[in-house]
Amino acid sequence: MTPMQKLLQLPVNAMNMVKTAQDQMGQQDEAKSPVMTPDGGNHNWYNGEPNDPRHIRFGSGGGDQEERAHLEEGGGSLSSLVTQPLRHDDLKEMLDSNKDSLKLEAMKRIVAMIARGKNASDLFPAVVKNVACKNIEVKKLVYVYLVRYAEEQQDLALLSISTFQRGLKDPNQLIRASALRVLSSIRVTIIVPIMMLAIKEAASDMSPYVRKTAAHAIPKLYSLDPEQKDCLIEVIEKLLADKTTLVAGSVVMAFEEVCPERIDLIHKNYRKLCNLLIDVEEWGQVVIINMLTRYARTQFLNPNMNESLLEEGGGEKAFYGSDNDDDTDDEEDKEEKEKKKTEATAIVKRKPYVMDPDHRLLLRNTKPLLQSRNAAVVMAVAQLYFHLAPKAEVGVIAKALVRLMRSHSEVQYVVLQNVATMSIKRRGMFEPYLKSFYIRSTDPTQIKVLKLEVLTNLANETNISTILREFQTYIKSNDKDFVAATIQAIGRCATNIGEVRDTCLNGLVQLLSNRDELVVAESVVVIKKLLQMQPEQHSDIIKHMAKLTDNIQVPMARASILWLIGEYCEHVPKIAPDVLRKMAKTFTNEEDIVKLQIINLAAKLYLTNSKQTKLLTQYVLNLAKYDQNYDIRDRARFIRQLIVPTDKSGALSKYAKKLFLALKPAPVLESPFKDRDHFQLGSLSHLLNAKAGGYQVLPDWPEAAPDPSVRNVEVPEWTKCSSREKRKEKKADKPFYSDSEGESGPTESADSASDTASGSESGSGSEESGSGSESEESNEDSESASEEDEEEEGKKKKKNVEKIKARKPVPESESEPSSGEEVKKSEKKSKPRIGSSESESEEDEDSESESSESEEEESEEESEEETKKKKKTTASKPPSKPPKKENKKEKKEMSLLDFDDFDPAPSPSQVTPLNNFLSSSLVTDLEGLSLTDNVLSPTTIVPSGNLKTYELLHRITGEGLSVEYCFSRQPFSPDPHMVAVKIQFTNSATSEAKSLHVEDAKLQSGMRIKEFPEIEVLPAGETVSVVMGIDFCDSTQAANFQLCTHTRKFFVSIQPPVGELMMPIFMTENEFKKEQETLLQSLGQLMGMNEITEKLTLEEKCQGEHAVVQRVTTAANLSRVPCGSDKECSPPVPPPPFPIHRFAGKTVTSGSLVLVSVVTKEDGAAQLTVNCEKMVIGTMLVKDILQALTQ
Amino acid sequence: MIHSLFLVNSSGDIFLEKHWKSVVSRSVCDYFFEAQERASEPENVPPVIPTPHHYLISVLRHRIYFVAVIQSEVPPLFVIEFLHRVVDTFQDYFGVCTEAAIKDNVVVVYELLEEMLDNGFPLATESNILKELIKPPTILRTVVNTITGSTNVGEQLPTGQLSVVPWRRTGVKYTNNEAYFDVVEEIDAIIDKSGSTITAEIQGVIDACVKLTGMPDLTLSFMNPRLLDDVSFHPCVRFKRWEAERILSFIPPDGNFRLLSYHVSSQNLVAIPVYVKHNITFREGSSQGRFELTLGPKQTMGKGVEAVLVSSQLPRGVLNTNLNPTQGTYTFDPVTKLLSWDVGKINPQKLPSLKGSMSLQAGASKPDENPTINIQFKIQQSALSGLKVNRLDMYGEKYKPFKGIKYMTKAGKFQIATR
Repeated sequence: MTPMQKLLQLPVNAMNMVKTAQDQMGQQDEAKSPVMTPDGGNHNWYNGEPNDPRHIRFGSGGGDQEERAHLEEGGGSLSSLVTQPLRHDDLKEMLDSNKDSLKLEAMKRIVAMIARGKNASDLFPAVVKNVACKNIEVKKLVYVYLVRYAEEQQDLALLSISTFQRGLKDPNQLIRASALRVLSSIRVTIIVPIMMLAIKEAASDMSPYVRKTAAHAIPKLYSLDPEQKDCLIEVIEKLLADKTTLVAGSVVMAFEEVCPERIDLIHKNYRKLCNLLIDVEEWGQVVIINMLTRYARTQFLNPNMNESLLEEGGGEKAFYGSDNDDDTDDEEDKEEKEKKKTEATAIVKRKPYVMDPDHRLLLRNTKPLLQSRNAAVVMAVAQLYFHLAPKAEVGVIAKALVRLMRSHSEVQYVVLQNVATMSIKRRGMFEPYLKSFYIRSTDPTQIKVLKLEVLTNLANETNISTILREFQTYIKSNDKDFVAATIQAIGRCATNIGEVRDTCLNGLVQLLSNRDELVVAESVVVIKKLLQMQPEQHSDIIKHMAKLTDNIQVPMARASILWLIGEYCEHVPKIAPDVLRKMAKTFTNEEDIVKLQIINLAAKLYLTNSKQTKLLTQYVLNLAKYDQNYDIRDRARFIRQLIVPTDKSGALSKYAKKLFLALKPAPVLESPFKDRDHFQLGSLSHLLNAKAGGYQVLPDWPEAAPDPSVRNVEVPEWTKCSSREKRKEKKADKPFYSDSEGESGPTESADSASDTASGSESGSGSEESGSGSESEESNEDSESASEEDEEEEGKKKKKNVEKIKARKPVPESESEPSSGEEVKKSEKKSKPRIGSSESESEEDEDSESESSESEEEESEEESEEETKKKKKTTASKPPSKPPKKENKKEKKEMSLLDFDDFDPAPSPSQVTPLNNFLSSSLVTDLEGLSLTDNVLSPTTIVPSGNLKTYELLHRITGEGLSVEYCFSRQPFSPDPHMVAVKIQFTNSATSEAKSLHVEDAKLQSGMRIKEFPEIEVLPAGETVSVVMGIDFCDSTQAANFQLCTHTRKFFVSIQPPVGELMMPIFMTENEFKKEQETLLQSLGQLMGMNEITEKLTLEEKCQGEHAVVQRVTTAANLSRVPCGSDKECSPPVPPPPFPIHRFAGKTVTSGSLVLVSVVTKEDGAAQLTVNCEKMVIGTMLVKDILQALTQ
Repeated sequence: MIHSLFLVNSSGDIFLEKHWKSVVSRSVCDYFFEAQERASEPENVPPVIPTPHHYLISVLRHRIYFVAVIQSEVPPLFVIEFLHRVVDTFQDYFGVCTEAAIKDNVVVVYELLEEMLDNGFPLATESNILKELIKPPTILRTVVNTITGSTNVGEQLPTGQLSVVPWRRTGVKYTNNEAYFDVVEEIDAIIDKSGSTITAEIQGVIDACVKLTGMPDLTLSFMNPRLLDDVSFHPCVRFKRWEAERILSFIPPDGNFRLLSYHVSSQNLVAIPVYVKHNITFREGSSQGRFELTLGPKQTMGKGVEAVLVSSQLPRGVLNTNLNPTQGTYTFDPVTKLLSWDVGKINPQKLPSLKGSMSLQAGASKPDENPTINIQFKIQQSALSGLKVNRLDMYGEKYKPFKGIKYMTKAGKFQIATR
């Protein structure tokens, strides 16, 4: 900015407005062919007026544009000469370049301009071209620009629309959402139909996040084109039925902006909203609570309609009749009141009022939110309680409101305003917190004044002395405005509480001798009001005040004194004429209000004491007659006619005395907050005490309650997920699914599929049959499946071709398992795994999350964790399924994306039938466990010597040193709680490796490691074995450590298969059974907790007894329980027809028993039972053994 | 809801504007400037100002006014709370929230504002989500960005927004897992001239810095949870569990956050940790006044009182002071009449005192008002209310985190009347 511009900053703005208009005209020309004629260069020729003489003067070429620009601007001001257009030129150049970094730089500068309020609208064509830029930041900044200027340059803005429309179809929910967000923010009327369509579609999107965005878009469209109201209400109605917390707040917001009068839309959703409330984000909570307050006022009965008695019994207000609000019923006899106090419930029973359970639900569900950290939420709940709760329950909000007073002063300000209103109606509520409203010298004045207001409202006979003492200290404050407010507060206390009136008056009179004029003046005004109540007793005070007229200069105070003297001139008959004399002397110099009071005083004295004051009055009236102020002239003329008897005087003059000396009622000093509660508390209107635009009046309670059955919902199942406890489960699940879960949404996101999808879906039912058959699995599953259908349905409309492409593999894979039951079972068992491996593989491809960091064993560990969860909570299966299908689709359409978040990497393997897919994913999983096929494949009988070895360090990464390990299954002698790991070093390098040792073990809590002794030298080509012990703490967590040579350090980790975490123990068959029994009983016979049974089909090759034993013992370090012939089983149990193989062991660290039995049946059918105290171990073991037996 | 936002600095310049709906001319701020002129002190500008077509709701933080323009009915606290959240976010991002910092990072500020509101309705206000979307600028990143041309805008999409745990980002990883909790209590008190307590209450907060891998589920229990009679929680805390067992159970956000704040009300007896003996007198007709102040510890449970700072607004009639502190340094500003005395640590054996004389305007009568004395102090390793954390447990993750708890007591609004 040139210094010149700085000087003329304001004109620049004004000028810009002119310029915008000009530009717009110019740009519209440009818009005709914006792509073909990029700005700069020749097209400016067309832009200018051809016959413009200036044009000829400056000639053509590069310089032309900037020169012309001056001229254009020249009309507005001279301020933005050379620099601004120049800079815009280079910005345009930067935007046109190929380099993202240049574009970014340009956009940053443009945004900075916008932020400073500078006009950047002439860059529109250059910027809008970049709307499809690959760089995210550039793109975002372009959005910012677009939203800001689209309204001004509507035609050009249309160029960007197609980009967003494409975005709306994106498979990624976040991209869909952001496209909708920007599209709806562009305020261009011509795209209203496009917006409407987009909103409708997004409202039935399967992603709750997109639906939320749709809800946000509704008010935007409404403000752009109110004609669309009806359509929008339909969408709102639909979204109101949504069951996710994410959507609830936003849609209620839209409801409030578009159709707050359609309270009927809430009926069906009322209970849902109440239940979801606690989990909605805080801003949504505020909006919902405010709306529900209004709703409740129309639907329920006043809970206080006959509780006034109760309150009387409560004893809060019984004493202070003065501002007791409405209903003091004296007819109730005392005894009854006493009774009521104790038997509150009995009353309720006797009286006809019974609170609607829905009313109660609202009160109950909002109460915890008083604990919110967000002041707006607390205030919303407080106002809800104030307006809706029975009086006895309103008290709970006081504490929370008092807490808010510690917050920022702006919050305090608003809260105090509301407390002031509440404290008038319900004083008892805040009385215990009186001290919290004491004023500190550091409070801002506006806060002090509000606190005073509250203190005054809270004052009563019992606490008035403390309050007055407090007030006394306030009067000494530096802050004069505050002192004045305090004096007024004292005056109000004095009027409200008769007992302290005299004390207050005396105190105020003392203040009259204060050195500060403001204080004195304020006191005079207040005293005047107080004296009016009982003037007879206070003539000495009036006299005292008459003397003050010599000193006090504050007009209001002088006027008050004069009025007092005039009013009570009979009490001070000697002084009054003298005062008038003095005043007549200074009349011309007085302020207007004082002059008026002088005239008043003169008139009154003339009427009462005309002998002494006749001349004075004449004099004053004459002075007034020529006053500058017409009010005063007017008054003088009027009074002269009225009081001075002339022949022409009218009928009124007879009544002059009555007119002037009538008894005036004492003023009631009222709180400015009285009756403010007819505005909804917490609202802007309440704060301003004036109706703000868009304020919805809080209706009065209905006489009779409307039909409560309108709130009944047919399917009352939705509430399940709302409580925080439930959420905990979900939370715990969440990370394991990574992105894919978010996409499908937690189970609660399952939309009411029936209302949209059902009808039209039946037509395409044949296609869905695959998934249909699958949906029998569980209720929830079917729900999510059908939700998917719904989503499919949405897509179908637009992309038929793609749909088929995307869909085909799904039914195919789905139908596969249903062909054979066994397969299905196996699929079921391994389903959790699919879920995790799926998400894992997705991570890799998407590069969306931290795939690079996630090591194999970690995700493995997670999947195990997950399996555990699955088994435990049998119901939580569905999340793993929908994502799988979803993802596939996503991958299919990947190539259509123009966002670079995803690499277009659709691989054919993804769409192969499920069987294939399943096994391949299993393999990847198993690799994580380092259990490759060969250990599971039927080999010869493995004696303990034939152990599976795992690779710890590969020859290449180890620079010639390769390390393998195996679990030797020998007890580790130094520590029996450790698993012995045999490590074999092979030096295949050309040089010798020295000092091999372990360092820097990173272990999970509880795990320990016993390192092997350092190997001093390992010559080239040699192999050496050592044994180390690891206490895995009965978990399959990996033990990470560094393997060091003299030159290098390698990070390695050993992760045990679950079967290696145990050691065999010897047991007889009877012992085995007994143990099994006790195990079951010890855990309260929670089957499935410590006993896991799975059916399986043995492979042909391993149907023999020998093979079974072989495989089980390979998979897990267990010993077989000898039992001679299976037929000779213990008597009580009828001999099973097929052999039972039993294996026993105990975990290494904790020594928990592990019992495995395999019952074989005909045709290779078998049943595997694992008993173990440690659930995790049990589950994992089952999985491993199953694998061993079925492969 | 919120139509536009203007940032106004202390000299009354609008240095940033942002519109979420159609553009509102900045001339609307003229009404604000009027109110600002009318107000005697900067903090006396009314937070809500009605204008013919709009309403201005403003907050003052760090000497910047954040003026929101709204057009129709909206709960004022909603806007105020949101504006404060904006300031907190800026502070979180830039370390300080000053005009310079905002100007330097104007693009980030703009991006943040864009994400925080959609059409004037709050969208993403959780700092963890915002940080996923827009990375806070650090020196290192700025350097890297200029070299590599990468950006501050997160490459990832904000998955956190979709989560059921919106306050926590996913995929958190730390090599050192640690969880620190600071129990900080502030005591607010008004003490009258005779040294008796008019009102005293404790405002406490537990601020946490949690850097834990994965998705840990923490429980925090107290020795004496009954003390906390009025609490407000971070949304992560499971309210039902607190209601039932008085245990805080939560999945923490990543990084720094305020777990809860509580209030120990004046009904409970609050021990006042320091006392002040004062003797400030002005004699009628004399141009001298006496000033004496002595501080001492009282009921501090054996902990030292540190970082003591005394300040007092002396009456306008005081021209200058001539005082001697036994320790620390004192300053008196003859223009603002603000006396401040940086005492440091109170040594119970040798109590700090400030004595001397004040010179008054000659001929003027003795000042009416007596000054109030404001005191700040800190007491380490002690929470005045006696609140004690019992234990912290972690579930859901297998590693063993490093845990730490620190207690501190501070003076909040601690003021002593001298007359």
